[in-house]
Amino acid sequence: MTMHSSRADNHTWRKIMNALASATTFVSALLVIAPLGLIFFHLLANGASSVNWAFFTHLPKPVGEAGGGMVNAIVGSLELLAFASAIGIPIGVLGGVYLAEYGTARANALLRFVADVLNGVPSITFGVVVYGLVVLRFKGFSAYAGGLALGLIMVPLILRTTEEVILLVPNGYREAALALGVARWKTIVYIVMKTASKGIITGILLALARVGGETAPLLFTAFGNRFWNHNLSEPIAALPLQIFTYAISPYDDWHRQAWAGALVLVTGIFCVNVLVRILTRGRTTSAV
Amino acid sequence: MASPDPAVVEHVERPAELSPTTEPAPPLTFQVKNVSIWYGEKRAIDDVTLDIASNAVTAIIGPSGCGKSTFLRCLNRMHELVPKTRVEGRVLLQGEDLYSSTVDPAIVRRRVGMVFQKSNPFPTMSIGENVIIGLRLNGVRNQKFLNERLEKSLRMAALWDEVKDDLHKSGTSLSGGQQQRLCIARALAVEPEVLLMDEPCSALDPIATAKIEELIYELKAQYTIVTVTHNMQQAGRISDFTAFLYMGRLIEFGSTTKIFTNPSQKQTEDYITGRFG
Repeated sequence: MTMHSSRADNHTWRKIMNALASATTFVSALLVIAPLGLIFFHLLANGASSVNWAFFTHLPKPVGEAGGGMVNAIVGSLELLAFASAIGIPIGVLGGVYLAEYGTARANALLRFVADVLNGVPSITFGVVVYGLVVLRFKGFSAYAGGLALGLIMVPLILRTTEEVILLVPNGYREAALALGVARWKTIVYIVMKTASKGIITGILLALARVGGETAPLLFTAFGNRFWNHNLSEPIAALPLQIFTYAISPYDDWHRQAWAGALVLVTGIFCVNVLVRILTRGRTTSAV
Repeated sequence: MASPDPAVVEHVERPAELSPTTEPAPPLTFQVKNVSIWYGEKRAIDDVTLDIASNAVTAIIGPSGCGKSTFLRCLNRMHELVPKTRVEGRVLLQGEDLYSSTVDPAIVRRRVGMVFQKSNPFPTMSIGENVIIGLRLNGVRNQKFLNERLEKSLRMAALWDEVKDDLHKSGTSLSGGQQQRLCIARALAVEPEVLLMDEPCSALDPIATAKIEELIYELKAQYTIVTVTHNMQQAGRISDFTAFLYMGRLIEFGSTTKIFTNPSQKQTEDYITGRFG
């Protein structure tokens, strides 16, 4: 009798604990989604009204005049990303190929460690380094310096993802190609990298999405510009920089534009991530 | 390899011990002389000497880990893909030393093709592209030549009739047995002299296996074939010569009929009758 009742008590206790545990995890899961929801909600509430045709087609207006847009910053960001890609993609992809296909165990361990450290370095550090190496030497902020800073951030990101997806390519494909008398470098380029191409592109897109929103490394490299940049050795505007400048200004109209810029930037990065999801959807069926 | 001399084929297929000693020795594709292979400190092959006859099927049998695959791969230098390998002794292909310092392993592999245990058509390529990729990557551009070789290779691999309308489809859309025949077609397309097969049927069902075995029988008219197999009955069915390897050593080598009916070594008999391995 006593035994029975204690069992019943245990049962109730277990039920309570179970409910508590599942409720806690559920709330935690909600908290994971919450920031993204909050960000979008705030951006839409504050910025949506200022995202209009003029925003994408007009230069910023002088202080005191209402209206204007951020077309120079949007184009500037794209130029910086193009320049960063020209540095980050070849070095990152080829370095990843080296790690996965050629490197000795000791060299690989060192390279991986360095890449992981670089991935953890605060992005402003890259700006400082480029400031010292480029801006001071050439006596001026420039699009080149900004692109270089972003490109250097991309290198370790692309390197590691390229290495990982190339290692996922089953060895049987390498062997099959080599057994046909195909040279090693051709096997790597036309068989291995082709098989891993979706994964490599995914890594590149994720790196672009990451540096596309970087502000700190551009503060004293690209510097920002309220007008069109006609010369890559001059300062250039970038969307995150423009948002930063506008957000810390005392003008309401600039604040609204900062919100609009943030909304455009986040939407762009969100779209890149959706593209990545689409690219990786077929991954399990194509072996990589 | 050119179309075979019927007299030669007939000679090779005859069990070796019945050949009168006065007849000339069968033409040899490979002469393996005192070959030992190390992976780092581990010796995988220990002083193996044997001759591989042209236009015949030679089967390598033996328990797991006896060095069958390593031996097969040393015939086209594929074992070198594992780091820290070392070879001693000589492997002669038509009299040329494969391991001479002036020999490019890629050229060796063009002459000595290979089919693997697990079929591995390239997943990013169509059936047609899979067959001609070896030629393409070796610099052949002539589309007419590629198309001719595509059909010829698929016909030789007994796959043409099944895929001729689906050449643009993915190679991985085929069944397991078809994929393996596609891999055979891919290996044949670069016109090797020898075909190495590393347990080509071990992942296939009996019907697909029968097709591949039939194909091997037909291909030996034009190619020298060396195959590794775990399946004793298969070695008995398809091969003219059998080599029994155990712990890296060649225990016995001879005509398949002799090895299976009257082996001279106790270990061979024990393995074949299923007492170990």
